[in-house]
Amino acid sequence: MTPQLIVTLLVFAPLLGALAAGLFGRRIGDAASMTVTTGLLFVSCALAWMAFGQVIWGGWPSRFTVELAPFIDVGRFRSTWSVRVDSLSAVMMVVVTTVSAIVHLYSWGYMTKDPHKPRFFAYLSLFTFSMLALVTAADFMQLFFGWEGVGLASYLLIGFWYHKPSANAAAVKAFVVNRVGDVGFALGIMTVFWAFGTIRFAEIFPQVPSHAHLVWRFAGQTLPLMDLACVLLFIGAMGKSAQFFLHTWLPDAMEGPTPVSALIHAATMVTAGVYMVCLLSPMFEFAPTAKAVVTIIGAVTALFAATVGLAQNDIKRVVAYSTCSQLGYMFFAAGVGAYQAAMFHLFTHAFFKALLFLGAGSVIEGMHHEQDMRKMGALWKLLPVTYAVMMIGTLSITGVGLPGLDLGFSGFYSKDAIIDAAFAAGRANAVSYFAFVAGLLAAGLTAFYSWRLMFMTFHGHAKWGHAEEAHAADDRHASAAQIETHDEPLAEGDHDAKPKESPWVMLWPLILLSVGAVAAGGVFMELFVGWERGAFWRGVLSTLSSEHILGQMESLPAWVVWGPLTVTAFGLFAAWWGYVAHEGMGARIAARRGPLWLFLYNKWFFDEVYDFVFVRGAKALGDLFWKGGDKALIDGLGPDGVAAVSWAMGKGASRLQSGYVYHYAFVMLLGIAGLLSYALWAFS
Amino acid sequence: MGLLLKVAGILSITVFSPLIGVAAILLVRAFAERGDPRAARATRWIALATTLATLALSVLMVARFDSGQSGFQFNENAVWFSGLHYRLGVDGVSILFVLLTAFLMPLCILASWKAITVRVIEYMIAFLVLESLVIGVFCALDLMVFYLFFEFQLLPMFLIIGVWGGKNRVYAAFKFFLYTLLGSVLMLAAILAMIVIARTSSIPALMAYKFAPGVQTWLWLAFFSSFAVKMPMWPFHTWLPDAHVEAPTAGSVILAGILLKMGGYGFMRFSLPMFPAASLQFTPLIFALSTIAIIYTSLVAFRQTDFKKLIAYSSVAHMGFVTLGIFSGNLQGEQGALFQMLSHGVISGALFLCVGVVYDRMHTREIAFYGGLATRMPIYAAVFMLFTMGNVGLPGTSGFVGEILSLTGTYGAATWPAILAATGVILSAVYALNVYRNVTFGPLTNPALAAIADLDRRELLLFFPLIVATLWLGFQPGLVFHVTDASLTHLVGAYRAAIGR
Repeated sequence: MTPQLIVTLLVFAPLLGALAAGLFGRRIGDAASMTVTTGLLFVSCALAWMAFGQVIWGGWPSRFTVELAPFIDVGRFRSTWSVRVDSLSAVMMVVVTTVSAIVHLYSWGYMTKDPHKPRFFAYLSLFTFSMLALVTAADFMQLFFGWEGVGLASYLLIGFWYHKPSANAAAVKAFVVNRVGDVGFALGIMTVFWAFGTIRFAEIFPQVPSHAHLVWRFAGQTLPLMDLACVLLFIGAMGKSAQFFLHTWLPDAMEGPTPVSALIHAATMVTAGVYMVCLLSPMFEFAPTAKAVVTIIGAVTALFAATVGLAQNDIKRVVAYSTCSQLGYMFFAAGVGAYQAAMFHLFTHAFFKALLFLGAGSVIEGMHHEQDMRKMGALWKLLPVTYAVMMIGTLSITGVGLPGLDLGFSGFYSKDAIIDAAFAAGRANAVSYFAFVAGLLAAGLTAFYSWRLMFMTFHGHAKWGHAEEAHAADDRHASAAQIETHDEPLAEGDHDAKPKESPWVMLWPLILLSVGAVAAGGVFMELFVGWERGAFWRGVLSTLSSEHILGQMESLPAWVVWGPLTVTAFGLFAAWWGYVAHEGMGARIAARRGPLWLFLYNKWFFDEVYDFVFVRGAKALGDLFWKGGDKALIDGLGPDGVAAVSWAMGKGASRLQSGYVYHYAFVMLLGIAGLLSYALWAFS
Repeated sequence: MGLLLKVAGILSITVFSPLIGVAAILLVRAFAERGDPRAARATRWIALATTLATLALSVLMVARFDSGQSGFQFNENAVWFSGLHYRLGVDGVSILFVLLTAFLMPLCILASWKAITVRVIEYMIAFLVLESLVIGVFCALDLMVFYLFFEFQLLPMFLIIGVWGGKNRVYAAFKFFLYTLLGSVLMLAAILAMIVIARTSSIPALMAYKFAPGVQTWLWLAFFSSFAVKMPMWPFHTWLPDAHVEAPTAGSVILAGILLKMGGYGFMRFSLPMFPAASLQFTPLIFALSTIAIIYTSLVAFRQTDFKKLIAYSSVAHMGFVTLGIFSGNLQGEQGALFQMLSHGVISGALFLCVGVVYDRMHTREIAFYGGLATRMPIYAAVFMLFTMGNVGLPGTSGFVGEILSLTGTYGAATWPAILAATGVILSAVYALNVYRNVTFGPLTNPALAAIADLDRRELLLFFPLIVATLWLGFQPGLVFHVTDASLTHLVGAYRAAIGR
């Protein structure tokens, strides 16, 4: 098989599975739908690893594009359905298909009792196809297609349990907030098109240096072209990757089944924004202001989401805010110019975050669909495998490892690389120092909330067995959406039953992922950010500033190198102190309802403010335009007003108003005939 | 067939082919007793067969169309009477509208199969006459011929709303009739003036004729008054929601699918090529009205409690993208506008059918009445989802291509309107997903819905071509661009040359 055929198969196999399960799911049955989707996904995954190996270590050309068919082709606005293969897309293909295949398998166990299995697996595979189309795009239109396609899949899967109003609300919210980002994205694409006369990456990138100093008229302002284009495109990334201001949909997206959260809202889709910035690194490198914006938004998100994660009680929401925070890390890495470090963290994060989510799913399943960590505790004996893999995930996300020996879990390599890079870049610009400090602080907070999760869930005293009067009162301050997450449907409603370990079909995927969470960092570090990076990326990612930054990483001061581990240890200690040594302290702080706690618990009140400004604003405007504009003004002064006046005037002549259509038609015909005669007369 | 083409020309045959069906139906009526159910059944079948034949003819026409040429093809020219000419012809701008019309008509007949039970004969005649007139509008190459077709299609539509409509049908029918008539009276005056000034009524000749700039302004405004009502553009749109709400399902399909497109077609056929200076002069006005339309009507749509009215308002918003694209004066804008019109014809038609499906079962359009339909009607839910996504402009559906291209074109002309119009992309998601959620998702609580049936075979047959068209054009929009490219490139070139850009 030729490389072209292999990569094409790789991309379309999941689509095939989605169509089979989606269109014929009822006819072929649950088992067949699940087998065909999962089987094809594993095929796709195997091909992706093969492509990865061939692209990186030889065999295939290091960059090639398979052009399949024309898409939009209007003048110079030309887009082609294609499969673009290079190191960047190879990394993404591996991440996407691996996590997706594992999640498909896991869902065999997690969705056992669900009556709509074919639909679920079809959506999962459809998502995977869209994501592959996104990462293999060779121009902006296919990128946008994949971008919105994953958005659709995300919408469908968040609202998978469609009888649940809260799930539907979350699905719509996710779609709409993403659309806000997409407006920026679309305007960015248009800016690029009119500035460069093309929307194909391969034709844009070589032109960038010569366009770097152009200015552009936009919205009445004259702005630097590259900064404008990149900031607009980045707004799209902010929506998809749930960055500060456009993050509100991600926690609510946890309404979807847990495998979905692991695949879409942790490992793959939400990293699309990071991927986009890295893909467009040849453009961002010429947009200093845009890079600063990316850095600041990323750093603020990393810190903000970590603070909110401190006070959440829903196990999935904690992991969700953690995702948001980690995405912030990736963005500020890209913002300072260390795209390689951003992609490296994207890569390792996919494993440990999918692991944490699926582990959380295993806990939820074991707890008979309980998600409130305050009702868990002491689970480690009953769920030993889940406990072990969650421990690995936590060690990985908190970045445990020894800088001196260069030995640690996956997250250690990638997160430290980002923090170090921000410091190294800080020598050239101050924004990077801000990111460095934020990243360091967030690392401490990450350790705290991650270990808090572990301690509340697996250690301490068992809270499950008791009646639930305790937490009913506690929830008064939570938003409505938060309360409704407490149970996923199909709950047997039997909270007193003893928690049990999940079946092996769910545990094996966890074990597979924990291998990645342990080793992916150490194995791939040299390739992504180390001395082999040149041969690995082969110029796909811009090296303008990264060479300088990554080159300095060997010679950083010791306090920078040891900083992350120190704050992580501090976070661990604080969590241990508050949730193990003095168990119940967290609950007491919460019970006091101090202003800081309320602020964090309510997620900085973003939802409340947005609801007031945008949702109610749109409703009020809509009513105003409809009742005030259309009905009162336009119709009142227009047709109805005229009708009323002519009614009054025409009372005398009312006999002419026969009400028969053909009378009117006849009069109209007469009129036309008269005018026609005039025309003929004038004509001749 | 070959012989027939030699005698009459494919355009005339296509335009008047529905009238053969009318003759057949009249024969049935003459021989059948009044109220004989067999007569109604025969009528339906005749109407379906006729519309399918017209569809076949227009497919043949498109197949024989030479897309390399920018000019008019299949030209027919005969002296009608005393100096007036009967001229027909199609180019890349008009031919696909003929196809769209012929494509939607059989679906309209099928959609009315069970829904229309009174005066079936007259109803089918009205539809066939309407089809003939509408195709005539798109084929006409003479101002007077155009005007006659354009004006006379008001009558069957008026009757369809006024006779087979809902409770408030008479108000809606008159509002529709008077609004459009008022607009076109001014257009008639302009047409006469043009004939007097240019001493020809031939559209191709007028496209080459250069009117003085001052004259252009007045002529442009007169045509605008007709097309803006037809589109409809804000603030001339209030007839549309009323007309849609009262019209029977098939009437809405044809109204949204085709009649609205005459406005956009008119702008492309007359305003831009014949009055380029005035078009440029009024572009800010068009941009302003279009962006207002997009934002304003999207917000209004968001607040609707009537399922059909919501779709109607969303039509107005989508037409805003069309006018933006047309007056952007670049190829992306024109292609986007034309594509958006075709795509909207398919998608909005399908959405009105989606409303019709539940209306036929429950006889209410109240959104609050529904909810949780996905439980009982999974296939309907899937179909409705697809067209909702088309309406939202999701890539992969035809709705996306038109929207992104007309926005891109607009951006090329001016950034502010593009930015404002782009927010319509958010708002369309808000209202479309909201109504979808309220109708299909959630728990099924209304006991009246407990036994509601999913799509039957006829309805599936009805949706199938629309699904194929939406997706096919979404993935392969080149099918359209291929046909329209030469004519639109010529249009843009001529326009830009005339305004000196």
